[in-house]
Amino acid sequence: MRFSGYIPILVVTAALAVVPLVFSSNSLFNFMVMSLIITLAAQGWNILGGVAGQTSFGHALFFGVGCYTAAMLQFHFGVNAWLAFLLAVAAGAAAGFILGFLSFRAGLRGSYFALITLAFAELMRILANASDWTGGAAGLLLKLNPGFSNMQFESRASFLWLALAFVFIGLVISRAIAGSRFGAQLVAVRENEDAARALGVDVLSVKLKAISLSGAITAAAGVLYVQNFLYIDANIGFGVWISIEALLAPLVGGRGLVLGPLIGTFTLHGLGELTKSFAGRIPGIDLMVFAVVLIGVVAFASGGVLGLLRRFAPRLARRIAV
Amino acid sequence: MMLRTETIIMRFGGLTAVNQASLGVREGSITGLIGPNGAGKTTLFAVIAGFLQPTGGRVLWQGRDITGLKPHQRAQMGIARTFQIVQPFQGLNVLENITVGSYLRHRQTDEAVAKARAVAERVGLGAELEQQASSLTVAGRKRLELARALATEPKLLLLDEVLAGLNPSEIRDIIPVIRAIRDDGVTIFMIEHVMQAVMNLCEEVYVLAQGQMIAEGTPASVCNDPAVIEAYLGKGAAARIASTGGAHA
Amino acid sequence: MYSPTILIEAMINGLLTGAIYALIALGLTLVYGVLHIINFAHGAILASAMFAVWGLNVLAGVDPYLAILLLAPVFFCLGYGVQRLVIGPAAKGDDGNILLITLGLSIFIENALLAGFGSDTRSISSDFSFAVVEAGPFLISSPRLVGFAGSLIVTAILWFIMSRTDAGKAIRAVAREKLGASLMGIDVGHVYAVTFGLGCAALAVAAGLLMPTFYVNPRVGGAFVNIAFTIVVLGGMGSIPGAMIGGLLIGLVESLSGLLLGESLGQIGIFIIFILVLLLKPTGLFGAKA
Ligand SMILES: Nc1ncnc2c1ncn2[C@@H]1O[C@H](COP(=O)(O)OP(=O)(O)OP(=O)(O)O)[C@@H](O)[C@H]1O
Ligand SMILES: [Mg+2]
Repeated sequence: MRFSGYIPILVVTAALAVVPLVFSSNSLFNFMVMSLIITLAAQGWNILGGVAGQTSFGHALFFGVGCYTAAMLQFHFGVNAWLAFLLAVAAGAAAGFILGFLSFRAGLRGSYFALITLAFAELMRILANASDWTGGAAGLLLKLNPGFSNMQFESRASFLWLALAFVFIGLVISRAIAGSRFGAQLVAVRENEDAARALGVDVLSVKLKAISLSGAITAAAGVLYVQNFLYIDANIGFGVWISIEALLAPLVGGRGLVLGPLIGTFTLHGLGELTKSFAGRIPGIDLMVFAVVLIGVVAFASGGVLGLLRRFAPRLARRIAV
Repeated sequence: MMLRTETIIMRFGGLTAVNQASLGVREGSITGLIGPNGAGKTTLFAVIAGFLQPTGGRVLWQGRDITGLKPHQRAQMGIARTFQIVQPFQGLNVLENITVGSYLRHRQTDEAVAKARAVAERVGLGAELEQQASSLTVAGRKRLELARALATEPKLLLLDEVLAGLNPSEIRDIIPVIRAIRDDGVTIFMIEHVMQAVMNLCEEVYVLAQGQMIAEGTPASVCNDPAVIEAYLGKGAAARIASTGGAHA
Repeated sequence: MYSPTILIEAMINGLLTGAIYALIALGLTLVYGVLHIINFAHGAILASAMFAVWGLNVLAGVDPYLAILLLAPVFFCLGYGVQRLVIGPAAKGDDGNILLITLGLSIFIENALLAGFGSDTRSISSDFSFAVVEAGPFLISSPRLVGFAGSLIVTAILWFIMSRTDAGKAIRAVAREKLGASLMGIDVGHVYAVTFGLGCAALAVAAGLLMPTFYVNPRVGGAFVNIAFTIVVLGGMGSIPGAMIGGLLIGLVESLSGLLLGESLGQIGIFIIFILVLLLKPTGLFGAKA
């Protein structure tokens, strides 16, 4: 149980890691890098929204905080990229703590919590769009300067491995939580707050830890985005798109499950690419497919892809410990 | 006294659910709380466990005022409650449900799970460990409620009608379990409507009616108390029963 | 700093716009009050209604105000169908599911509009779009005045339906206690769908009133829905008069903060109100229940 729980993680990571050794298509690499960045953001969402059951509609808040902290520290102060990364992750955690402190203490749950996360993300989007510090509507452009110490890579494969390393860390963290006291407390809070309280769970503190960790991980995804594209503006960093991506992936893959975000992202974006190749480049067609999948999952398969696996191939499902 | 409440008042808007209720629970005892429907028993439990802040009065735990403490702090101090309307973690199985309780005193997963298994065995859920909580029978859910609370290794266990909804044979099965828990050193304070169980288990009984504590004493003395009979059966009932010669509640 | 004339004119404009915002919020608050769900697709449905108004005008030369008469029943039926056939069955009675399904609907509708019409911004321009009424020193836009009047009328009609008709009585019964209502023989699924349909019909009216002065693109719903959420939260979820007062207030705030802070920061006032109300008094200024 101890170590064997980590085997599926290692297998999946290894499988993704060999892709650049076998294939050499740049568009495939770009697809994978983007999917991995979204996976990481979704892993952050999954801890709060999946495991702890606090549905957020505004994880763009944390993604954007990660993007802008990393970008601004490098742009204005020439801070080293890795240090900027660490500070951005800390900023994501702090943003999570503040949002959680305000909203959980006020007792916001369910739809109300979803609304307030959305409102904070939008507030930040407007601010980032208007402030000179953030480059306003024009955004911030970072200098191209490849090198490990700048967290920039000439080869697409190297960046893919970097993103994969982050996703791997995200998987390990999720897995460690799933088998721990903290994980049990998160699930208890999701299932029934009063019962959790009666069993000695400090609900507020558990939620605060979850949202801080969630914010930190999603902020890390924001940093990856900035290091990959060397550009950020308000509609990317704090845009609704990433809030939706971060939420869709775990729901489609398997809400609250360790591999849910990864499987969900690749399922969705695989479907999206497929649709585009059939239907041509009609704008929005991939998102229409995502929406149909979301409604389908909610209506027919609340456990997502992994839930279906559990239902139709229980043996395999147990093997990979979903 | 291990637990005391001093003139607890709990108001919901215009309704006074508990009015000046004082009581004491002796360490090592099984103490009962009875009273007609809507008397305020569950409300009083909620105040003791910290789920409701009383409008007035104090809750004392081993002499210390804990009125301002949160439910989880009281659980850490050793006060565990069950819910009259059972509150299982629906999506989890029996073992996982109980493990949430045992994690309170055991940080390591292996220890917590082992403890949870032992508790499950003890309350008779050993065969249903893998079953989803949502698929349990009424009796199973009551046992689960008891098991989870017990897994927190409490000093005082507040049981809110754990026998309600069970058939006589199920009740007969669980009464020794409760007594055994007490014999292991856990003080028990229980709300119960099943008088047979109260007579059988409790050493001391409090009677609450319309929010007020109207009697206390041994089960036998309380049952013969005219005030108690009136509270249950209506005004003048005690006199009628006395005149016809029969007296049992 | 600003002359009183400018300030007063801004306030008048704010109130006029606010009434239309209130109309948009009306459907949202009605649905919340009865179904106890937050309809995230509200903005997207508004956008599709605005496209319908635009399309009727461009293709068939139908006047936007006339289009309302056609579109309100159509959107009522659409709303009825969506609730009956999609949201109701898919949600299985769970609030969290409803939240996600209406989110899915909003993504779908928005992107279907994008696929169908592209991302271009479109508008209807006629002479009436720029017509003004002079009131003393103030110039007031005529289409906005019509919008204001139209919103008040629709609110009054809706209020009448809710408080004076049998249908309204049934809706209120379901809103209070759905189990009891169903025991009394009320078809709860039908009432839900009617309510949702009414909310959509109100959006069709709003679209017709908006189009003479506003533009439409597939993303336009987002801007309105944020405002509508704020109004609903401010007025108290489920309260019809609350929505009207909240709408007027928000219109004022937006107009004044736009004047003082400039276009890009103008919206900030709304979000700050939204966040503060949620944190400090989630039941709203006029709402009673939690
Ligand atoms: N949260 C609340 N808000 C308003 N009224 C409440 C609340 N909780 C309880 N009450 C009211 O307080 C009174 C006492 O309720 P309580 O549940 O404590 O009674 P009880 O003695 O446990 O009854 P029973 O034997 O039926 O379980 C009742 O009239 C009930 O309706
Ligand atoms: Mg009770």
